[in-house]
Amino acid sequence: MSIELPPYASTGQKVWHYAYLVICGLIFFFLIAPILIIIPLSFNAENFFTFTPGMLSFDADAYSLRHYRDFFTNPDWQQALWNSVRIAPVATLISVSLGTLAAVGLSQSHVPFRGAIMAILISPMIVPLIISAAGMYFFYSRIGLQGTYVGVTLAHAALGIPFVIITVTATLVGFDKSLTRASANLGAGPLRTFFKIQMPLILPGVISGGLFAFITSFDEVVVVIFVGSANQQTLPWQMFIGLREQISPTILAVATILVVISIVLLSVVEILRRRSEKLRGMSPG
Amino acid sequence: MTDATTGPDHLTGPTPDNALRDADRAEARGGGSGGPGDPVLAADGTPLKQSLNRALRAQKLRALALIAPLLLFILVTFIAPIVDMLFRSVENEIVVETLPRTVAALQDWDYASGEAPDEPAYRAMAFDLMIAAERREHTRVGSRLNYETTGISSLFRKSGRGVDDVGEVYTDQFVELNEAWEEPATWVTLMASEDWQESHSEWVAAGEAAEAADEDFDDLPPRFEVADRIAEILPETAGIYQAFADTIRTEDEESPAEEEPWNVVYQALYDDLSGQLGSAAETYAGPGADLLREAATAVPDFETMTVTDQMIEVDEDWAEPEVWGTIKAFDGPYTSGYFLSSVDLQKTPDGVERQPEGERIYILLFERTLFLSLTIMACCVALGYPVAYLLSNLPMRTSNLLMILVLLPFWTSLLVRTSAWKVLLQQQGVINDVLVWLGIISDGGRLVMINNQFGTIVAMTHILLPFMILPLYSVMKTIPPSYVRAAKSLGATNWTAFWRVYFPQSVPGIGAGCILVFILSIGYYITPELVGGTTGTFISNRIAYHISNSLNWGLAAALGTILLAVVLILYWLYDKIVGIDNVSLG
Repeated sequence: MSIELPPYASTGQKVWHYAYLVICGLIFFFLIAPILIIIPLSFNAENFFTFTPGMLSFDADAYSLRHYRDFFTNPDWQQALWNSVRIAPVATLISVSLGTLAAVGLSQSHVPFRGAIMAILISPMIVPLIISAAGMYFFYSRIGLQGTYVGVTLAHAALGIPFVIITVTATLVGFDKSLTRASANLGAGPLRTFFKIQMPLILPGVISGGLFAFITSFDEVVVVIFVGSANQQTLPWQMFIGLREQISPTILAVATILVVISIVLLSVVEILRRRSEKLRGMSPG
Repeated sequence: MTDATTGPDHLTGPTPDNALRDADRAEARGGGSGGPGDPVLAADGTPLKQSLNRALRAQKLRALALIAPLLLFILVTFIAPIVDMLFRSVENEIVVETLPRTVAALQDWDYASGEAPDEPAYRAMAFDLMIAAERREHTRVGSRLNYETTGISSLFRKSGRGVDDVGEVYTDQFVELNEAWEEPATWVTLMASEDWQESHSEWVAAGEAAEAADEDFDDLPPRFEVADRIAEILPETAGIYQAFADTIRTEDEESPAEEEPWNVVYQALYDDLSGQLGSAAETYAGPGADLLREAATAVPDFETMTVTDQMIEVDEDWAEPEVWGTIKAFDGPYTSGYFLSSVDLQKTPDGVERQPEGERIYILLFERTLFLSLTIMACCVALGYPVAYLLSNLPMRTSNLLMILVLLPFWTSLLVRTSAWKVLLQQQGVINDVLVWLGIISDGGRLVMINNQFGTIVAMTHILLPFMILPLYSVMKTIPPSYVRAAKSLGATNWTAFWRVYFPQSVPGIGAGCILVFILSIGYYITPELVGGTTGTFISNRIAYHISNSLNWGLAAALGTILLAVVLILYWLYDKIVGIDNVSLG
């Protein structure tokens, strides 16, 4: 079925067809406009969350970088940025290393209790964040990890693991097992086979899993609010506070920076996905 | 993950499974070198099946060894917290741990009698409260019971200060009788076992030696031991004096040889001496015997005041049977109280009752969570279906481009999207400005679109829409266009072809998307918190409130457990309909 309008379409059909396209356009507008609108607003020279008359008449004086300057000079925001940068990569590293290992194990042909293990491993994705946060808050305060860097990092690593498991096992589905057998046949040990044969082939999956894990940790706010203390205040947490207390449009500058980061990450994942499909011969181009 | 391609039975080539099966077949045929029934042998002479089984076991172990670190990690960092939460939703040890004597004394008391309990319960409460107050635990048990009956918190706080005076009337009389009763040393001589006195003097000597050498000395004094001979004739006193010694040892790091006992210890001494065992003091011959005999003779002439009266003097609420009833209703180590509160019931001394009219909020909150989630789900279907249809029917190149418009919001930080809606929807925000500029509304009549249910629905529909479009799209991609063409060539109108042929085939996608959106939305916290105001909040906001503001962790855990159960049931449904393995990440 094609979306093209046949030449013999009646007037009613034409009207319906264009109405449908307009509706779809409006939905796309609904999806994308809120994200785009914060970009110009973040250059506002005033302390407003809306367009000033000056901005609407494209007066250069109405635009400024002051909110960006504020972001890069304000110690609160800098501390938050630093905390985010300190927590997310370490959490990602833990999820990726443990997750890849487990995904390789899970993809073997004989795994006892596979269903149960899989359910446990992806449970952090299923359980609503507020429940994970509550449980972690209770349990981590029992064992003295509440309000510590280690506690937050471990919690974020746990939240990122399902994404690594899912992407890596998906890559391993198309993996040709005879390659590892050939490698073993030619005298390579299991470690060498893993790093020289298996790893390069599943690398795209590992990286995109890692990106998901990174984004999860970098964007996460519920768990960090409960498990962390003021010393672990991350960027999203700072934004959350700002939004609740209506401080300044610096939030919009931060939001714009985050949108740019998402665009970059999205492109990387997309490129990796295509590359992985090409490597595995699943798509011609 | 698809078992269909990696499962043991679907691999061809030399896997242990296939080899085992071949070996079985060969044996059945009577293969091998010998006659029928002889096992097939491997190269090293062991039976083939045995060596294959060994290989299989090694393979299983290797797989498990690879999974084990992560499994352990998740069990500790994630599953243990969830189990802890489930446990907290029923746990109630604080009452019986802090007030053990009271709980025991209330065993035979019946709230239905309508009267406050007898003297022993008051005495037990005075002892428990004295110990708890010294350990600063009485406010905690007070706030715990306050969740059930308001007013208990302040009762406990006040009594924690006042309980010091319980027994003072006897302290004065004992001291008047013989000033030696005021001396800590008298008590130690009377109560302590010889072993303890020995280790205590060693401790004192060590302390002096350290002081002489100008060193720090912070060893705790040895744990107090009551002499058996005195515990037999003064059981109450021995018990409370032991508790007194333990408490000052851990709280103040002091030895009982330096501290004057609490007034309740004198109360216990009076009770012991005036009770049935009092006559035994006459025959007592250990250290301090003269003192004790003197006291035992004088006690019948003491001016008396019951503990009941003393406690009521501290706070008259102690005369209320309801306070005692609440304690009795929550005396077990586990309670269903938090779950009852989660559904607007309460456990009262009379049994389970509904909460008073004004305090029934949880059923309302659950209903609202359900209603908002269903509305958001419906909005997502309404907006997601046309878009998914368009995307799946456009040429690949165009649809990939348009897909970016779906994926970009999906990848953008949740906080960014929420702040965008906050900017758009507020009264001085962009949408209101545009409407005023267009003249649709007047400047004074700006719409209230945020901090209410409307705000929550709009923002969350936007945030969750990609989760509807993506599964719908992947299902629609697999619907062969020829079916609709066939329907049309058989005379169906566009509408009939869509509704009778295309739509039924897309239903699995709708199901998957709906469950996904619904699961995600009922547990949402951040967005409702920021744009929901008071009417647009979910049950999760209440959970967060109980954790960080009201500190009623048990209730938070019970609400969380209910929410978790709902999500797990839905997820089980999702697994039945779509399969966990088909979770796609765009």
